[in-house]
Amino acid sequence: MDLMKAVEQGQLKEVPQFQAGDTVRVHVKVVEGTRERIQVFEGIAIKRQGTALTETFTVRRVSYGVGVERTFPVHSPRIDKIEVVRHGRVRRAKLYYLRDRVGKAARIKEKRK
Amino acid sequence: MTKGIIGKKVGITQTFTEDGRLIPVTVIQAGPCRVVQKKTTEIDGYNAIQIGFVEATKNINKPLKGHFDKVNVKSMRYLKEIRVENPDEYEVGQEIKVEDIFQNGDLVDVTGVSKGKGFTGSIKAHNQSTGPMSHGSHYHRGPGSLGSTGPNHVFKGRVLPKRTGGDKVTVQKLEVVKTDNENGLLLVRGSVPGAKKSIVMVKNSVKA
Repeated sequence: MDLMKAVEQGQLKEVPQFQAGDTVRVHVKVVEGTRERIQVFEGIAIKRQGTALTETFTVRRVSYGVGVERTFPVHSPRIDKIEVVRHGRVRRAKLYYLRDRVGKAARIKEKRK
Repeated sequence: MTKGIIGKKVGITQTFTEDGRLIPVTVIQAGPCRVVQKKTTEIDGYNAIQIGFVEATKNINKPLKGHFDKVNVKSMRYLKEIRVENPDEYEVGQEIKVEDIFQNGDLVDVTGVSKGKGFTGSIKAHNQSTGPMSHGSHYHRGPGSLGSTGPNHVFKGRVLPKRTGGDKVTVQKLEVVKTDNENGLLLVRGSVPGAKKSIVMVKNSVKA
């Protein structure tokens, strides 16, 4: 198992702590033709899955009335940075129930410190 | 020229390319191996080298111990042969390391023993199709008809449920993604037969 760590170690990035329910802003590098720019995708993280290098997270946002979910590898070099906007108070790890909710019902309370 | 090394499957993970694409990789601890014997056409009828992997300190039987002692090489747990055109390019006792034989981008064939699946039905074992699971169908995953009643016996070769897995399997044309010289690791793109910790043989691809 240590050998697996040796392989993965150098590729792990430092990412801020966040979990399902938190609102995050993901800065994604997008290639358009020859030039590269950064696109921001903001929404609620509805799940985190996997360990170490294979870990991914899914961000959900409602854009023009259409639900959009994007899954990113946490340690992907295509991610410029991840900002945590707000910590949400949720009682489960996977927030799939948000898919069935619209508008006010899809809100998540902010975590009290 | 055939090049090869014995390795141990460590596990599966993924890595990223420079432009950020994700590649699934299998980590193999390849070598270091030692040349134990050279086989030549004059003596053995074919040209090959025998290489050993993992030093063995105990449970070596006397005949095998003699085989190693004769050439003054430390005893090895696993022995495999590689057919080479010219065995004189190697020396007995010579160490073979991953970085000496494989570079990034090389294509390799990996041979291993696949995971045992136990006794399986004909759908898994022979790729047969299933019957409908609903609509009153009582034929779900059975092997089907065994043949006509006329011959009064089932013909030889009729496929039936059997034990599967545990076979020698070779996966061809896997790309070498990276070699880690420090730990003797070899990262190949895609999956490799066998369970973790199982022994695999990595050779340069016959189709490359």
